[in-house]
Amino acid sequence: MSKPKLDPNAKYAKSHEWVRVEDGLAVVGISDAAQEMLSDVVFVDLPEVGEEVEAGDAVAVVESVKAAEDVYAPVSGTIVAVNTALEDTPEQVNDDPYDAWFFKIRPVSQEELQKELDALMSPEEYAEYVEQEGH
Amino acid sequence: MVPFAGWELPVQYPTGPIAEHHAVRKAAGIFDIDHMGQVDVRGPDAEAFLQRIQVYDVSQMAPWDAHYSLMTYHDGTIVDDIFVYRLPDSWMVVVNASNREKDVAWMEAHTHGLQVEVTDISDETYMLAVQGPKAEAILQRIADADLSVVSARKALRARLDGVETLMGRTGYTGEDGFELYFPADEAVHLWNRILEVGKEDGLLPCGLAARDSLRFEACMPLYGHEIDATINPIEARLGWTVSLGKPTFVGRENLLKVKLEKPSRLLVGFEMVDKAVPREHYPIAVDGQEVGYVTTGMKSPTLGKFLGLGYVPRAYAKLGTELQILVRGRPKRAQVIKRPFYKPRYKQ
Repeated sequence: MSKPKLDPNAKYAKSHEWVRVEDGLAVVGISDAAQEMLSDVVFVDLPEVGEEVEAGDAVAVVESVKAAEDVYAPVSGTIVAVNTALEDTPEQVNDDPYDAWFFKIRPVSQEELQKELDALMSPEEYAEYVEQEGH
Repeated sequence: MVPFAGWELPVQYPTGPIAEHHAVRKAAGIFDIDHMGQVDVRGPDAEAFLQRIQVYDVSQMAPWDAHYSLMTYHDGTIVDDIFVYRLPDSWMVVVNASNREKDVAWMEAHTHGLQVEVTDISDETYMLAVQGPKAEAILQRIADADLSVVSARKALRARLDGVETLMGRTGYTGEDGFELYFPADEAVHLWNRILEVGKEDGLLPCGLAARDSLRFEACMPLYGHEIDATINPIEARLGWTVSLGKPTFVGRENLLKVKLEKPSRLLVGFEMVDKAVPREHYPIAVDGQEVGYVTTGMKSPTLGKFLGLGYVPRAYAKLGTELQILVRGRPKRAQVIKRPFYKPRYKQ
């Protein structure tokens, strides 16, 4: 299998989500390694805007030909936007996983967000983690 | 790779299961299905033996005919679904990977009083399937016989790139195509050669995931899902395979009874009204009450719809009946629709 692609500007969770900070919001999607493991994505079940989530909560579902997997919130806060375009074209998750964001979280505070981001993996750490997991 | 009934088989190749699925519907695909078992049946009482152990009336079959059938237990539930080939001097029964040992033991246990030899030839026999509208053209390039004269559910012997092969115009995808049986030591040679000569037509190697989505759209049952040792052929909508007119076969009395009394549950096809993927084992509810379960469900690659198969009480099996599928506990609306979802396109 080819080496999974990485977004150098994102942090990564062990459950294979990426998170990028844009305009003070945490933007979340699933990694290239995750979409590769899932194979063809056929459906995404997104959270409601306004939902309060904590880091580690299962807030969305991504379903492929092979499996249904939970997508976890890597950081805490309020869901302020969901990418409804994925409902009609879920294959975007396969085609461009770092563009195909699932939801955006407004953090409780920037300090809190920074603390939670520090607990996540850098691109290099995540690459090593994926390799060790044997994918 | 995943373990499948003790075999390491690819779920998908690099193109991905949806591309593989479309290739079979529009062009062709090749499947490594060597996990399927083959049993040679011969002897003066071979026909009488087959009449006893499976539900179809094989006396109607001419040499080179192939027919889908089932073996049932005394209570009418299903031992396995099988393909029976009538050859000039013998018969071949093709069985499922996961059931091979059980099936052969079941057959051997029913030879009493008959002059018949039952031999498991799976190890020395390799099985590949080439399926799709371009299958004939692709295989013709390396076959020494005219394939165009062979219609669906007929077989022939030919040399494929020099390899003595039994070719059945059969399959499990809802498309025209062939299933190939040949000596196991020629497997790599034929696999590579067929990929090579099929390339110009868009032939792709296909894995288990595509095999599942293709058979699902055509509403062909898969053992362990739509059928198993707790389900009878009438409720599985496979009554067409059962020749109740045959004087006797294992399971006949109970199947006759089920047919007359009508089954309490039926396999139905449904389409999601709410967007969601129905998956195996999800409960099916009517008016908030759980009444059944999903056996297979997915987003149909050909139709682009979220479809499923499942068991419900007979009263809810009518076309148009509103069902709810409990998707991770949340009810999503669905509606009973006509099966098959995809009408098979066989060569007449």
